[in-house]
Amino acid sequence: MTVPATEARGACRAADGRLARARRVRLTGTGRPAWSALVVLIAAIVCIPVVAVLVEALASVGDSAWPRGLGEMVVTTVALLAAVALGTTVLGVGLAWLVTAYDFPGRRWLSWLLVLPLAMPAYVLGFLVLSTFGPAGGPARAARATVGTSGFVEWLSGPLGAPVVLSLTLYPYVYLLSRAAFRGQGQVTWDAARMLGASPWRAFRQVLLPLARPAIAGGLAVVMMETLTDFATVQYFTVRTVSVGVYLTWKGSFDFASAAQLSVLVLAFAVLVLTGERILRGGARYDARGGHRPPAAPTVLTGAARWWAAAAAWSVLLLAFVLPVARLVWWAVTATAADSSSLSTGRFAMNLANSGVMAALAALACVGLALVVTHGVRVTGGRLARAAAQLTTFGYAVPGAVIGIGVLVAFAALDGWLEALGVAGGTGLVVTGSVLGILASYVVRFLAPAYQAVDASFATISPSVTNSAFSLGSSPWRVLRRVHLPLSRSGIAVALVLVAVDAVKELPLVLLLRPFGFTTLSVSVYELANENFWEQAALPALLIVALAIVPVYFLVRQVRLAEPHRQELS
Amino acid sequence: MTSEATVGRDATPDDARETHVGARTAYETNDTGAQRDPALALRTVSKSYGDTPAVCELDLAVEAGEIVALIGPSGCGKSTLLRLVAGLERPDAGEVRVGDATVAGRGAWVPPEKRRVGLVFQEHALFPHLTVGDNIRFGLAGVARAEQDARVRKVLELVHLPHTVDRYPHELSGGEQQRIALARSLAPRPEVVLLDEPFSSLDESLRARVRTDTVDALRATGTTAILVTHDQTEALTVGDRIGVMRAGVVEQLGTPAEVFERPVSRFVASFMGDADFLPVVADEHGLMSELGRVMVRTDVDAREAEVVVRPHEVALTLTLPADGGDGVARARAVVERVEYHGAFVLHTVRLPSGRTVRSWQPHSVRYPVGTEVVASIQPGLVPSLLVGDHTLPTPD
Repeated sequence: MTVPATEARGACRAADGRLARARRVRLTGTGRPAWSALVVLIAAIVCIPVVAVLVEALASVGDSAWPRGLGEMVVTTVALLAAVALGTTVLGVGLAWLVTAYDFPGRRWLSWLLVLPLAMPAYVLGFLVLSTFGPAGGPARAARATVGTSGFVEWLSGPLGAPVVLSLTLYPYVYLLSRAAFRGQGQVTWDAARMLGASPWRAFRQVLLPLARPAIAGGLAVVMMETLTDFATVQYFTVRTVSVGVYLTWKGSFDFASAAQLSVLVLAFAVLVLTGERILRGGARYDARGGHRPPAAPTVLTGAARWWAAAAAWSVLLLAFVLPVARLVWWAVTATAADSSSLSTGRFAMNLANSGVMAALAALACVGLALVVTHGVRVTGGRLARAAAQLTTFGYAVPGAVIGIGVLVAFAALDGWLEALGVAGGTGLVVTGSVLGILASYVVRFLAPAYQAVDASFATISPSVTNSAFSLGSSPWRVLRRVHLPLSRSGIAVALVLVAVDAVKELPLVLLLRPFGFTTLSVSVYELANENFWEQAALPALLIVALAIVPVYFLVRQVRLAEPHRQELS
Repeated sequence: MTSEATVGRDATPDDARETHVGARTAYETNDTGAQRDPALALRTVSKSYGDTPAVCELDLAVEAGEIVALIGPSGCGKSTLLRLVAGLERPDAGEVRVGDATVAGRGAWVPPEKRRVGLVFQEHALFPHLTVGDNIRFGLAGVARAEQDARVRKVLELVHLPHTVDRYPHELSGGEQQRIALARSLAPRPEVVLLDEPFSSLDESLRARVRTDTVDALRATGTTAILVTHDQTEALTVGDRIGVMRAGVVEQLGTPAEVFERPVSRFVASFMGDADFLPVVADEHGLMSELGRVMVRTDVDAREAEVVVRPHEVALTLTLPADGGDGVARARAVVERVEYHGAFVLHTVRLPSGRTVRSWQPHSVRYPVGTEVVASIQPGLVPSLLVGDHTLPTPD
């Protein structure tokens, strides 16, 4: 039987209008509306705090006066952001350039060790700087004894200490991104510029720096978001940013309207930072096409330059990580030796348990939701689910103060509804604070890293594996349980660790939302440091730093795997 | 028929089919109906991605137990068609029927896991964390354990790999993985199995062997199958019928011989095998080409017509009466290129008009380049005639 050719092309074109209408009705791939709805719901939950803050602030416009000293807070915030941006750019770009272009003793080790300060929370380095360079610290006493004045040492324990501490802990973001830019296309362009007769300095300034601009802008954006989120460290140094304002307003008056209005200001700063990044990056998206070729050999430094370079790089690592850790170890040992019972009994064990439970719950919640989102995107294949999944990562860019107040406002609204339904007192969670609130804020903030890790694992599962499972009669739940879950185990493990460590490290959200008397490791560090019990703060701080090294290790491994290596000539 | 194939055939008596409890509840088959439905039917199915139509008002019916090979250039819509049947895409319009149930269209939608449609992918897509046995058992949820074991054994025997039951996919060769993927898709006794270029990831040397095994297994179980391929030889050797697709429509659907010998269009003629096109002139008896008389018809406008000649239809002779036996004198052609293909030798000859045609000669015949030969159509063969882009139905 031979079927003659169909003259269907014209008919098909005529049907186009009909087809277009059919498409508009159905936005979700092959459909599985339940899964699309689930992903959208999770995305909505992540957005609740921001929406709640905006609604609350809008609803109370004009009702409450702006807190006193608002202008000063804004100026302080701008100044702090600018100072930290400057500090991290100098350290990050400078060090990246040094380890990429030049060879000096320890270069190969340093290029990775310089990422370590990421594991040092600013609130830990902060109290170390405060204790060391304060009026009672060793350097100040020595200065007074020798030259009679200690002002030139003590400025570090004043407001200027804040940008120094933040720069030393945050520069690795800029370092990593600009190093990647220099290694990638940068290397090829650098060679070309040098071949055309440009001096190293001119090649750096006129060719490499503009090329690395998008990468530097990206790193700076992360740095400034972290700076904006912090309202604990800066208080050591009596710096009052807008985020500090939110915290103090809430803790001082428990006034939603004022706190929400200030939070909107913090949010505005965040939007400004992200807009700034867009502008700095320009339309330029320099493709790292050269990134697939190994970099050329760095210039081998000789003579004094060799030692200056080594000294500069090593001293940053010493100041930002090695010396602080050494100090923590020393204090932890002496404090434990003085009172060894404090380890097993007392508050340390309690705080450790609290941190552990919170981290475990946060990790399970975030990774569970991340799995649902990733799996949902895979099984629906729809644009709607994909867009919603993208939205779930947005919490990572929302400053902690905004999330915290947003969660509180949302809980208050929930209480209102519950009371309206006849439940006296509602959940009773708002004013007393609650562990549930902390967990909710953790989910909003840490869903992004969990999603990214799980999603990376899913990317290695071929769509035909998923489709095979369906064609063999499996429901979406069974595909998740029997195929996707076992095949993304490594990503799930990484996500659990990342979220757990982030949760242990997190300070501002816990400070803002914790119930009375509820203390975690990070809160105990902060409280003890504020009361100048530095020796006692050392052990929990050390534990946090040790845990925080794990995700830094993951990060370094990931970067190393991604970049090509020069064949070592034997 | 081999003994293994006989074993396989035993695997699908109708009573065994009835014991399947999996997704059968989604729609009950009605075997007592007066007229049996085709195993798979697409009716005016359309699917576009954005503004690009991938499948246009396509009709296709596959009979039970039939193997249809779909072939076409990339982007012709053949993979989209498979995805529509499998339930991985929803049609914008039209209807997809599996057995006697509508699975898409007319307001119905049956998700892939309830369609009883098996899938075999180019990259095999075995579950890497499960053994071969567990891979096959995956599709047998709801079947009693003893029955599961029996089915695993049977399908593994069917593909000649019973010893691999406890191995993991990464311990198997590419060809073995492909056969396991087939076994896995057959185990739940699907209504239709879809194979998406299943052999193209295999080495050339392995491909023919795995292909034969696959077809044997499909035939032994009486499975209805659609095989998508871009390899003409594969389509011609595997398919009971071949569907040649272009721009979202099936341009020709027919047996391999029909598609090869009676292509309906210029596209099918040139896509399915080599073909040269020569102009014709009309005389009082019909149409003449440079290779001789091609058709005894006078109702065709010779200015728009061309004859399709395949290399096996062109005879080359050294000495022939200058008139080719049809009373028309012909000038000599010159051998321009000779390619040795093993069993056959491909000669390219330049005709007096300057056009070239190709001719297969047995491997013992090898005219040196520059030899003057007479090219004519093999006696007894009737080449197709194109008018515009479509061929005339030939009287035979």
